[in-house]
Amino acid sequence: MTDQEVNTKMKTEEYFVNMGPQHPAAHGVLRLLLTIDGEIIKNVEPDLGYIHRSIEKMCERDSYQQIVHLTDRMDYLSSHINNEAVCLTVEKGLEIEVSDRVKVIRTIVGELTRLASHQLWWGVMGMDLGALTTYFYAFRDRELINDIFEETCGARLTMNYFVPGGLMYDIHPNFVKRTKEFIAHFRTKLPEYDRLLTGNVIFEKRMKGIGLLTKEDAIAFGATGPVARGSGFASDIRKKDPYSAYNKVDFKEALFTEGDSYARYKVRIMEMWESMSIIEQLIDNIPEGNIKEPTKAVIKLPKGEFYQRVETARGELGVYINSTGTKNPYRVKFRSPGFSNLSVLNHISKGVKIADLVATMASFDFVIPDIDR
Amino acid sequence: MINQENKMKNEDLQNIINGLAENLEFSEEGSEFLNVIVPKESLYNLCSQLKSKSDLDFDYAYCITGMDWGKELGVIYHLESTTLKHKIVVKVMTDDRENPTLDSVWDIWRTAEFHELEVYDFFGVKFNNHPGLRRLFLTPDWDGWPLRKDYVDEANMIVK
Amino acid sequence: MGVDNKKRYLSQLEAEGLNEVVPDDFPGKIIPGGNGGNIVVTTLDSVINWGRSNSLWSLYFGTSCCAIEMMQTGAARNDYSRFGFEVARASARQADLIIIAGTIVNKMGPVLRRLYDQMAEPKYVIAMGACAISGGPFYYNSYSVIKGADHVIPVDVYVPGCPPRPEALLEGMIMLQKKIKTENMSKKVNPIDGYDEGDIV
Repeated sequence: MTDQEVNTKMKTEEYFVNMGPQHPAAHGVLRLLLTIDGEIIKNVEPDLGYIHRSIEKMCERDSYQQIVHLTDRMDYLSSHINNEAVCLTVEKGLEIEVSDRVKVIRTIVGELTRLASHQLWWGVMGMDLGALTTYFYAFRDRELINDIFEETCGARLTMNYFVPGGLMYDIHPNFVKRTKEFIAHFRTKLPEYDRLLTGNVIFEKRMKGIGLLTKEDAIAFGATGPVARGSGFASDIRKKDPYSAYNKVDFKEALFTEGDSYARYKVRIMEMWESMSIIEQLIDNIPEGNIKEPTKAVIKLPKGEFYQRVETARGELGVYINSTGTKNPYRVKFRSPGFSNLSVLNHISKGVKIADLVATMASFDFVIPDIDR
Repeated sequence: MINQENKMKNEDLQNIINGLAENLEFSEEGSEFLNVIVPKESLYNLCSQLKSKSDLDFDYAYCITGMDWGKELGVIYHLESTTLKHKIVVKVMTDDRENPTLDSVWDIWRTAEFHELEVYDFFGVKFNNHPGLRRLFLTPDWDGWPLRKDYVDEANMIVK
Repeated sequence: MGVDNKKRYLSQLEAEGLNEVVPDDFPGKIIPGGNGGNIVVTTLDSVINWGRSNSLWSLYFGTSCCAIEMMQTGAARNDYSRFGFEVARASARQADLIIIAGTIVNKMGPVLRRLYDQMAEPKYVIAMGACAISGGPFYYNSYSVIKGADHVIPVDVYVPGCPPRPEALLEGMIMLQKKIKTENMSKKVNPIDGYDEGDIV
């Protein structure tokens, strides 16, 4: 019987499958309601809120220094960059200009965080597609970055090193030496990652042509980060609205036009190379200067609205603070990159198989507490 | 701090937009962008012209926020143009706190579909012509609209 | 909280004449450690306990940031499979330990309870991180966080930290192994029966 004969002679029905909150490939607690016909997907409806911790409501009763501690837990893989977003917004409101030393250190630490986040993404993506070896390789190298952070900031995952006005302490004397050793070591390891996955026949067949997203759709749905850059939409905030020391370094923006999962993979690998080059340009000449500009103990922003965007490992994070002049903000809104990227998922998953949906979600790199806030 | 080049662009924008609808209020105080406050009847008309006119071309809505100003509820749209590189803020509000309704703009910017679900979930603002208005983050039988300023929850919240 | 942080076991405190340091508003019932037997363990029991404690397989249950530290504990540098926790199982029916790594929210509470009910006896629970112990940084001003996972399921070992280091989690797992080694099969109390008669908030 050919396919057509099967479909006309036997009646098929659609049914619902629940890819529930506790699932090894869900990257957190995301529930997807799939409507499928055989193995082909007809509709994907996400159900969020399983880690909604009401951070925006909590911020309305906290002081400005305390808000920084909550942003760490939102997208915990790029925690330094989240802290930087709130600190830059508060500094914009108070009209403080931080010293060059603080800007350069913030840039170096932000790029190290981006490297760590992409390493974890690479390891977990291999694991989702069935290659368990990548998990161990990625975590072995990620531990080295955690050691550098532990010496300077004191913690491995939720570090609150940036404060409004500057940094909390100066960097450790060993910081420069250990970072240079790590970059030299990782430059020999990244080609090893390429040999494992990039030229692999099975990997290419599972990623090429899957999850196509056109440039107009990326702009209409508000996609950001590597998801948008894999479709040709130049959305890197480090080039559009530079902050900290990004206008002093020279780097290329990773942009590919095919729009499938393989292009998003290549974008992130290229971002890892560019991050290493940014760190190398800055690490040798960290200028001298103040670590922290003096602010009052109780910060009160003037009446008005302030918006600041930064580029985390997943895309554009925007912080919107509306203040009425008191010591707590009136309304805080976090524009998270994952929320807009999630709205694309239904549009590009019609007509593919369930295993392709898993591969697409791996290339999107969701962190669910970032979506749920 | 608005530098000279930005200020000229804000004035040009104001001149172009002023002719598109009636009863618009412009302001620039307390914010670095040009703010346009539009009455809720002309929201859809103004937004579709902001996107389709070629010298404005606002095709990227990068932040859609719900807001409770104390008496009014409303939505704030931050818009950007990817070709001409200018930004603007559009605000719309309604006085009705029992049954607030606004027009949905999801067919102008597709990203508004999810963001309007979030505004409905937390503030209770209903949107006309939305494809499927439902609770997204909270359970379907949750009582109340949490992010409003007069929300009190004795059982769950420990207030400090 | 008035406890010298070098003494961790209640028997060490009693030797000094101090009483139990359980707060008055602790929800639910407290089942004494060792679950039934404390001192005299028969030979059959010791063989069974040795087998159970050295091959606990955990369930993949990580909701937020503590899940990353749990993954680092399973990765190459600190490896929990040297102690017997060989693989992490995706299905609750094939696991005997659940490590709650992350915040539990109002919407997630029934899901956690259903997973715990699906596990087969004997089953154990470790609460990892400040959020699972008592709500953590989200204790004040939050309308949707359950202030502690022990409002939903009974917990055996608490591991504090935000997030706890991999070495701290390993110490918690080894403490659980020691607790299992003092169990006595004939006097073992089924935790769910005793738990449900207490107050669940």
